[in-house]
Amino acid sequence: MAPTTRPTGTPTKLEQGAGAEAGVGDSPLRPDGTLKVTGEFAYSSDMWHEDMLWGCTLRSPHAHAEIVSIDIGEALAQAGVYAVLTYDDLPTEVKNYGLEIQDTPVLAHGRVRHHGEPVALVAADHPETARRAAAKIKVEYRELPVVHNEESALAADAPLLHEGRADHHSPHVPHPNIVHRQPIVRGDAKAAAERAEAIVTGEYEVGMQDQAFLGPESGLAVPAEDGGVDLYIATQWLHADLRQIAPVLGLPEEKVRMTLSGVGGAFGGREDLSMQIHACLLALVTGKPVKIVYNRFESFFGHVHRHPAKLWYEHGATRDGKLTHMRCRIVLDGGAYASSSPAVVGNAASLSVGPYVVDDVEIEALALYTNNPPCGAMRGFGAVQACFAYEAQMDKLAAELGMDPVELRQKNAMSQGTVMPTGQTVDSPAPVAELLRRVKAMPLPMEAQWENVGGEPDVRALPGGLSNTTHGEGVVRGVGYAVGIKNVGFSEGFDDYSTARVRLQVVGGEPVAMVHTAMAEVGQGGVTVHAQIARTELGVARVNIQPADTRVGSAGSTSASRQTYVTGGAVKYVCELVREQVLERGRRKFGTYHPAWATAELLLEGGKVVTDGGEVLASLADVLGDEPVEAEDEWRHRPTEPFDLRTGQGFGHVQYSFAAHRAVVEVDTELGLVKVVELACAQDVGKAMNPQAVVGQIQGGTTQGLGLAVMEEIVVDPGAKVRNPSFTDYLIPTILDTPTIPVDVLELADEHAPYGLRGAGEAPTLSSTPAVVAAIRAATGKALRRVPVRPEHIVEV
Amino acid sequence: MEFLRPASWEEALAAKAEHPSAVPIAGGTDVMVEINFDHRRPTHLMDLNRVPELHEWEVGDGTVRLGASVSYSKIIDELAPVLPGLALASHTVGSPQIRNRGSVGGNLGAASPAGDSHPALLAAGAEVEVESVRGIRSIPVEDFYTGVKRNALAEDELIKWVHIRKADGPQQFSKVGTRNAMVIAVCAFGIALHPGTRTVQTGVGSAAPTPLRARAAEDFLNAALEDGGFWDNGRTIPPSVAREFAQLCSGACNPIDDVRGSATYRRRAVGVMARRTLGWIWESYRAGGNGRTTEGGARCA
Amino acid sequence: MRVTFTVNGRRHEADDVWEGESLLYVLRERMGLPGSKNACEQGECGSCTVRLDGESVCACLVAAGQAEGREVVTVEGLAEYARERDGSAPAGGSGDLAPVQQAFIDAGAVQCGFCTPGLLVAADELIERNPQPSDADIREALSGNLCRCTGYEKIMDAVRLAAARADDSAQEVV
Repeated sequence: MAPTTRPTGTPTKLEQGAGAEAGVGDSPLRPDGTLKVTGEFAYSSDMWHEDMLWGCTLRSPHAHAEIVSIDIGEALAQAGVYAVLTYDDLPTEVKNYGLEIQDTPVLAHGRVRHHGEPVALVAADHPETARRAAAKIKVEYRELPVVHNEESALAADAPLLHEGRADHHSPHVPHPNIVHRQPIVRGDAKAAAERAEAIVTGEYEVGMQDQAFLGPESGLAVPAEDGGVDLYIATQWLHADLRQIAPVLGLPEEKVRMTLSGVGGAFGGREDLSMQIHACLLALVTGKPVKIVYNRFESFFGHVHRHPAKLWYEHGATRDGKLTHMRCRIVLDGGAYASSSPAVVGNAASLSVGPYVVDDVEIEALALYTNNPPCGAMRGFGAVQACFAYEAQMDKLAAELGMDPVELRQKNAMSQGTVMPTGQTVDSPAPVAELLRRVKAMPLPMEAQWENVGGEPDVRALPGGLSNTTHGEGVVRGVGYAVGIKNVGFSEGFDDYSTARVRLQVVGGEPVAMVHTAMAEVGQGGVTVHAQIARTELGVARVNIQPADTRVGSAGSTSASRQTYVTGGAVKYVCELVREQVLERGRRKFGTYHPAWATAELLLEGGKVVTDGGEVLASLADVLGDEPVEAEDEWRHRPTEPFDLRTGQGFGHVQYSFAAHRAVVEVDTELGLVKVVELACAQDVGKAMNPQAVVGQIQGGTTQGLGLAVMEEIVVDPGAKVRNPSFTDYLIPTILDTPTIPVDVLELADEHAPYGLRGAGEAPTLSSTPAVVAAIRAATGKALRRVPVRPEHIVEV
Repeated sequence: MEFLRPASWEEALAAKAEHPSAVPIAGGTDVMVEINFDHRRPTHLMDLNRVPELHEWEVGDGTVRLGASVSYSKIIDELAPVLPGLALASHTVGSPQIRNRGSVGGNLGAASPAGDSHPALLAAGAEVEVESVRGIRSIPVEDFYTGVKRNALAEDELIKWVHIRKADGPQQFSKVGTRNAMVIAVCAFGIALHPGTRTVQTGVGSAAPTPLRARAAEDFLNAALEDGGFWDNGRTIPPSVAREFAQLCSGACNPIDDVRGSATYRRRAVGVMARRTLGWIWESYRAGGNGRTTEGGARCA
Repeated sequence: MRVTFTVNGRRHEADDVWEGESLLYVLRERMGLPGSKNACEQGECGSCTVRLDGESVCACLVAAGQAEGREVVTVEGLAEYARERDGSAPAGGSGDLAPVQQAFIDAGAVQCGFCTPGLLVAADELIERNPQPSDADIREALSGNLCRCTGYEKIMDAVRLAAARADDSAQEVV
C-alpha cells in the first residue's frame, strides 16, 4: 500500500504580516515572493515522493489513423516497469472527458484524431525506463485521410471527426464537423450598406499561438489508504478538473483530493486536463505515487492552443467617417476535440464588431472539428482573433477615407450606454476614445537609438539585434494604434461563482485572518489581492492564505480575467459575513458599555472595532477572545443569458474591459526584420486593486500580443502534423525583443463589480498585436493580413 | 549507456578507437538536447571537458590554434582582435549561457548547416586538425562539411585544433533570425578582407546542405577590386559592383523551405547581408588609412 | 554511475545515476534541490541557469557526469554565495536574501516565478561582472532567460534596483 507520508513539495500556507498600507489599492509584496526567489516554492514538477514512479505517455505519430492493434507485451516485460495501460484498462464506462463536451478520450480507442494524441501509459522506476518501455509498445496504425481546413472539413465526402454526435450543439450546427456556430444579426446591414459612401473588405488570418507557459504540465498522484487518490497538480480550476477526473477513475469526488501545486504560468493552457487522469490511473493501478512531467516537446502536444482563424470583414462608412454597417465571418479551427471552442465562438461573434458603435451588423462565427491540434482557451479567448481583423479594417477604412486612423476610431468609439450587436446595453464606463487619446498623447521614443556618437552602432537597438544584420541601412520607423474589447467572466448564462472561507482568530494576542479558496494562483497575484481584501475588510495586518485545494468549494477558473472580480468578490463578501459576526459578538460582549455599539456605523480598522467617527470601541482581540469567527459562502456575479442561436441576441457578458496600444517599430525593410521600439498601453481597470500587479499584467499581456504579431506560431502542415514543437522553433519574445512598455491606468469604477474593479488580465493581449502590425504597415506600406508577420511577408518574396 | 571520462588527449583517442560509436560531449549544447528529447541514445558518452589542451589556444604568426572546446565566450573576450569575424559570429550564438559552453569544435562536430561559426571560419580561412590513434589529418574547413549534419571525421577521429588564419583586414558576420536574440540562423553570411593577398573570402551558412564559400562572387569581386585599383586608391566600391557581388552570393545558395524560412527569402537575405557587410568591411578598410584617398563615400547600402 | 560534486558549498553524491541524466535532473530529483527549473530542457529558456565553476550555464545541457568534482551554485545557494562575495551585509539584501533576490521581490519582477531562479543567477552574475550595467547590457545579459508573465519591464526595474543599491552601498563604504 502507498506510504502515508506527505510528499516533498506539499504546499503550506502563505503568511504575510503587513502594515496598514497593504489593503485594497496598495501594492504590498507578494506573500509567495520570498519562496519564489529562494527556489523553495514548490511547483508541480518539483513534487517528490519516496518510492515514486515516473509516468510516460505514448502519443500518436499520426494526425488521423485507425488503431489496428496495440501490443504491450514487450514493454511490460521490461525490468523496472510497473504498469502499461491502454484504453482497455480504463476502469469504468466513462472513458472521455471535456470541459463542455465530453469528446476527448482519456486514451485513444480504435482511432487517433490528432498528432500527439495519448495512446498508452507507462509507469516505471525511472523516466528513462518508462521512455524505453513506451518505445517498445507496438501500435499498428492504418492512416486515414485528414481534415485540416474548412474546405476539407465540409467537403461532401469529408471524414467526420465525431460520428453520431449527441452534444447540445449538434442539433443546430449545419455540419457535424462544425463544433458550434453563432450568428448575430442586428439592424439591417443590407440597407445600411446602401448608405455607405466607402466600403472596405478584407480577409485576415491568425496563426496558431501557444500559451508557452514555462512550467511544463506535471503533477504527482499518491494513492491513499481509502482507495482514493491525492493529486498535486498545476491547473487553472481544481473543481473542473475534479468533475472530469473522478468519473473516469470510478471514484466519488471526495476520494479524489486535489491540492494546487505551484503553477508556472497558465494563460488558458491549463484549463483542459493534461496528465491528471493518467497519473491517477497509474497510481491506482500500481499502488505507488506516480509523477508525470512533460518536457517541452511533449508540452506542445499536451495542451490546447489558441484557435487559428480566418476572418472576412466588410465595413462601410459615410464620407465623414461614421460606420454604417459591418459584416463578418469568422472561422476558427478547433482541431480534433471541442475543448472550449463553443465559448470561443460566442466571444468571437459577440466581440467581432470591436469597441465601436455599429447598429447594422451581420455576423457569423464558427469553430471546426479538424485533425489539427485541439484548440481552446488562451488569454484573449476569441477576442484576439477578431481584434486583429477589425483593427486592420479600421486602418484600411481610414486610409480609404483619408482620415487619421485614431480620429476614425474615436469618432465611432463606443461608450457607456452603447448597445452591443447582441442587444446588450453597456452599463458601465467604456472610455474607448479616452484610452486612444491618452495613448496618443504619450511622448514618442527617441529616434535612432542605436546611434553611438563617434562609435559603432549598438546593434542591440536595431532590427536583428545581436545578429548584426543592419547598422541602420534599410531601417524605417512606423507608428500604429489599436484598441480592443474583451468580456470579463464566464458568459452566456454560465453560473459563474466562487467560494471563500474566512476565519478570524487571535494568534499570539493578535487578530489573524485566514483565507481559504480553491483559486488557482498561476502567477497573477490573486493570493496578494486576497490578503489585501481581508486586511481592508477586517482591519487586520496579518493574513494567512491557505493552500488552494478541493476541501473548499469551487473558485471557478483562473481565466476570463475573472479571478479578482469573482473570487475576490467572494473573499470580500465572506469577510463582510465575518465582520457582521464579529460585530454581533462585540455587541453581545460589550454593547452595554457604550451606546455606539447599537447606534453607530461600525468598522474594523487597525485591529480594532471603531465607529465611523473614529472612536475605538474595542480591540478585535478582546471581541474574539479564544473563539474564532468563521464563515464560508459562495458569491456570484449578475446572471448572464445565452445568445439566441439564430439572432445572437442576449445579455451575454457581465462586464467588458478595454485597452489601447500605440506601437512604435523599426523595420529593416530589406530583410523584413522588426524591432519594436516601444509599446505604450492605456487601460481602464475600474479599480487598481494592486497597482504594481495591474501594471505587471498589462505589460505581460502586451508582450504576448507582440509575440503573436511578429514571431509566435505553431506550424501545422497540410498533413495536420506539428512541425515546430520546441523552443528552438516556436519562438517567444526575449528581453531583447521586448520594448519599454509605458502604461497609463485609468480607474473608472463599474458600480456592479466589487470595489468597482474591472477584470484586467486579457484586454492588453488584444490590441497589442494589431498595433504592432499597424506600425509595420506604416513603415513598409505592405498589406500584412496575417499574423505572425514573417520576414517573407514584409519583403514579399 | 556508458560514460567515458578520459583525462588526457591520448586516453580520449584510445577510447574513441575502442568505442567508435562513442559520442564526444564538451559543452553539451547539441548532444544533451538530443538526449533530453530522446532523439539519440549513444552507447557511450565521452566527456572531453577534462582534456586540458582542448580548452587552450595559441596566437601564432599567421594563424590562431584554437582548442576544439574553447568556449564562444572566450573567443569573444580574448580573441576578437585576431579573429574578429569569428568573435562576431560567436556573439550571435544562442545565449550567454550557451556561449559559455558551446565551442567551435562542437559546431564542426555537429556540422549543422546552421552552425554559426562556419561562415566565419570559411571567410577567414581555416583548417581542422583531427586525430585518431592512427595519426593526424589536417582538413581544410571547406572540405570538412560533407552533408547535412555530416562531416569528414572518420569514426575513430576527434577534432583537436582549429587553425584559423589571423585577420589581416576587416571581417564581418551577419545572421538572419526571426528573433533579436537566442535564435537559430535562417541564414548567415561571413566576409573577410585579406589585404595581404588582395582577396575577399566569404562564408554562407544555412542556405545549402553544407556551409559554403560563394566562390563565383569572390572571384568576381577580387577581379573587380583588382581591375579598378581599389586596393590602392581606396575608393568606395561602386553600387553596381556591390550589387553584382550580392547577386552572385545569392546565386551560390541552394536553400530549402522549412519552418524557419523560405528558400526564396534565404537567397534574398544572403544577398542583402553580402552587400551590407561588404560595405562595412570596405569602409573599415578605408577608415584604417588604406588606399590613397581618404574622402568620404557612402556605404554600400 | 556515481557522481560527486559540490553544490552551494556542500559536497553532494548521487548513486545509480543513468549516464544520460543532466546536471539539472540530478540536482532536482536526486539532491533535493529543485530550485533550478525544467522549463525547456534544450537550452532555450535559461530557467535552469546555475553557476558551474563560476560560469553561468544551463544545467539541462551539462551531463551529470561532467559535473564530477566541480563547484555548482544554484538559486538555493545564491544568498550565501552573494554574502561571501560581497561581505557580510550585502546591499539591499535582507537577512537570507541576496540583493538581487530582494530587488526582484520589491520591483514586482516575480509573477508565476518559474523563470525567476534562472534569471536571478544570471542577473547576479551580470552585476558581479558589471556593477553598473546599462539597459542594453542588462537586456543582452538576460537574453537567454525567457519570461512569459512579466513582459520583462519589472525584471529590468529589479536589476537596475539591485545595481543601484549596490552602488549606493559602495559609496557609503567609501
